[in-house]
Amino acid sequence: MSTEAVLYDHPGPRAKMRNTILTVVFGLGLLALLYWIYRRFDEKGQWAGSLWKPFTQSSTWTDYILPGLGHTLAAAAVAMVLSLVFGILFAVGRLSDHWWLRIPAGAVVEFFRAVPLLLMMFFIFFGLPFLTHKPMSNFWAVVIALTLYNGSVLAEAFRAGVKSVPRGQSEAAYAVGMRKGQVMAEILIPQAARAMLPVIVSQLVVLVKDTALGYIISYSELLQLGVNNLSANFANVVQAAIVAALIYILINATLTYTAGWLSRRTRRGGKAPRAAGPVPAGLVQTGETAV
Amino acid sequence: MEVFSDPANIDVYVTGFLWILKLTVAATVGALVLGVLLAAMRVSPVPVLRGFGTAWVNIFRNTPLTLIIFFCYFGLYSTLGFSASDDIDRNNYWLGVIGLSVYTAAFVCEAIRSGINTVAAGQAEAARAIGMSFRQTLTIVILPQAGRAVIAPLGSIFIALAKNATIVGTIGLAETSNAMKDLINANGSAVVLIFLAFAGTFAVVLIPTGYGFGWLANRLAVKR
Repeated sequence: MSTEAVLYDHPGPRAKMRNTILTVVFGLGLLALLYWIYRRFDEKGQWAGSLWKPFTQSSTWTDYILPGLGHTLAAAAVAMVLSLVFGILFAVGRLSDHWWLRIPAGAVVEFFRAVPLLLMMFFIFFGLPFLTHKPMSNFWAVVIALTLYNGSVLAEAFRAGVKSVPRGQSEAAYAVGMRKGQVMAEILIPQAARAMLPVIVSQLVVLVKDTALGYIISYSELLQLGVNNLSANFANVVQAAIVAALIYILINATLTYTAGWLSRRTRRGGKAPRAAGPVPAGLVQTGETAV
Repeated sequence: MEVFSDPANIDVYVTGFLWILKLTVAATVGALVLGVLLAAMRVSPVPVLRGFGTAWVNIFRNTPLTLIIFFCYFGLYSTLGFSASDDIDRNNYWLGVIGLSVYTAAFVCEAIRSGINTVAAGQAEAARAIGMSFRQTLTIVILPQAGRAVIAPLGSIFIALAKNATIVGTIGLAETSNAMKDLINANGSAVVLIFLAFAGTFAVVLIPTGYGFGWLANRLAVKR
C-alpha cells in the first residue's frame, strides 16, 4: 500500500470536491499573501533593477559572495574535522571503564552541549584575549566554538552508535584475544561510525548553518561579506539576504539529501547495526533532522 | 566575586536571562502550534498543503537562524513595515519570537512526522474502517500516540530553542550573550568568573531539563 494512503481513504466524489475547494482557498490565500508582500516591496522600491543588478555582475560574486562562501566552507571544514576527532575521543572517554576518565569526559560533553554557541564564541573572542594578552583571530574563535559544541553532540552520537553495536561483536573480539583498545578501535568504532553516518552528515548541516554566527564577531563569512559588506555598497540588504539564503539552502539541501542517500545505502547493505530498535513500518517517510 | 556584588551587574545578568526565558516560552508556544499544523499539512490529502509544508521545512531548516533573525529585522520590520511595539526592545523581542518560531516549527514538524511514523499502520486503518474522517483519524487516533513518541526529540528541540534564543542578540536585544560581552569588556579581570556564571546558569537549567524530558519520554512511551 502506498504510504500516503494509510491516513485517509481514497477520495470519492465528495472528498475530491472538498480537496479541490481547500486547494483553491489555500492557494488563493497564499497568492494573496505573496501579492501583498510583492506590493509592499514594490512600494518601498525593492524590486528596482538597480538593487538586483549587482548579482548579474561577475565582480559582485568574485569580490563578495564567493570569498564569503569560501570562508564559510573553510571554517565549516576545519571545525568538522576537529569535532569528529573531539567526538571520538570523548565518546571513548565516556565509555571508559575508569571512573576518573568517564566522569570528566561526561561532564565536559554535557557542559558544552548545554552552553549556547554564541555565548561560547563571545567568551573565546572577547574573553580569552584578557587571559592570554593576545588578540584572538575570529576564524579560530568560530572554529573552536563550533568544535566544542558539535564535537560534544557527535560524542553523544558516537556513544549511542557504539552502544547499538550488538554485544556479540565485542564478546567475539575479546574471545579471539583482543585488548580493550583494539576492540574499541577495530570493532566498535568502525561499525558505530557506519551506523551514525546519517547523523554525522546532518550535524554537518548544523555546523554549516552555525558558521553564520561568525558574522556577529565579524568573521568574513557569507553573511558578513555577501550581505553586510555587499549591501553597504549597493544599499540592497534584503536582496543580498535573499541571495545568501538561497546559497545556504542549496548547500544544506544537498547535504541533507546526501544524508538520506547514505542512510538508505547503509540500510540496504544490511551489515550496519541499526541505530535504535527495528525500523517501524511507517505511515509517512521522514529524513534525519538535527537542530 | 566582586563583579557580582555590584547590583548594576546583577541587573544585567538577570535582564539577560529574563529575555531568554520570555523568548523561549513565547517561541515554544509559537513553534509547537505552527509545527503541529505543518505536520498535519504534510500528511494531508491536499497536494497544495503538502507542498506548502514541504517548502516551509526545506526553506527554514536549511537557512541559518542568524540569517532568519536578520531577515525578520530588515525584511519584515524595515521593508514590510511590520512593527509589534513602539518600544524598540519589545519590537526586537517580537521579531525574535517570530524568527525563532518559524525556524523551530520546521524541526517540530519533522519530529512529529517521524512520530506519526512510529504509530502502527493498523491504527489508522482501524480508524478509517469505523468511518473516521482524515481530521478525526489524525487528531483522535494518530497524534495522541505520535505525541507520546516524540517527547524526547521535542525536548531536545526546545532545549536547542532556549540556546538559540541568544541569537536574537544579533538585532540588539540585551540578552545573555550581549550581557556577557558587556560585562567581560567592563571587567577584564574576572573573565572566567563571568563566563562561568552565564554558561553555568544555562548548564544548571538545561542539563536537568534534558534528563527530565528523557524520564518523561520513558514514562509516557507507548509500550509495544
